[in-house]
Amino acid sequence: MNGPLSAATIAVALLLAAWFLLRAALNRAPSRFDLLSTLAFSALVAVLVIVAVIGLFDGTRPTETATFCGYLITTIAFAPVAFYLARLEPTRWGNLILGVACLVLPVLVLRLQQIASVTGA
Amino acid sequence: MPDSAPAKSRPTDAALHTGLGRVLLFVYGVFALSASARAGVQIATHFSEAPTAYLLSAVAGLVYIAATVGLAIGGARGRRIALTGCSIELAGVLIVGTLSLADKVAFPDATVWSGYGSGYGYVPLVLPFIGLWWIWRHRPQPPSTTG
Repeated sequence: MNGPLSAATIAVALLLAAWFLLRAALNRAPSRFDLLSTLAFSALVAVLVIVAVIGLFDGTRPTETATFCGYLITTIAFAPVAFYLARLEPTRWGNLILGVACLVLPVLVLRLQQIASVTGA
Repeated sequence: MPDSAPAKSRPTDAALHTGLGRVLLFVYGVFALSASARAGVQIATHFSEAPTAYLLSAVAGLVYIAATVGLAIGGARGRRIALTGCSIELAGVLIVGTLSLADKVAFPDATVWSGYGSGYGYVPLVLPFIGLWWIWRHRPQPPSTTG
């Protein structure tokens, strides 16, 4: 796992989570800006996952490769799913979905780092 | 899409009908998937190391799935499924949480309920309460004669 990229993803996710939760608390539906930032964030996560997948092919693999791949798939799919659900829900709850998703993603990234650090060589 | 489905096809207390309910379903769904997937991998790769913990994970996953479906469909049957699911979750997280702290030998590997769900940010401890609150808030109203 790329350390700086992971850290950046976690930082952006937490910032966005705070923003979306604030928007939900203020009873705002996801705006165009909110949805676009979710898409931009999805792109950042996708870069992280792609870098991790490339890392699988040149270097030591984590002991639990299957689990690692499962987490990678979940991670790359998470923000797009939240985006899709938030578009279906044009109320404050759409922003709450985005906020929850941005809170879960740092956990996923931390778990990925944890699994990647166990190479068992 | 839930929005385009005819309204009469779903009971009015189905969580899919309201925004907050959809958020609840989203969180429940994430937990249903993560608990089941984790159990699946554990059972497939190293079942013999800690059969109790892994079977427990699988049961937890199934219970989360049942509760998610129950909350989603609503109605008398959905309420019963969701109530059962949320009750088992609450009992599970309390019992397994206590046992995992008291008897580490029986639970050598983590489950979603170990340490009261501490590995999952205590969300497993909070979720059943939110689910039960949801069921309670959407309980059938007795026909009112007052007013």
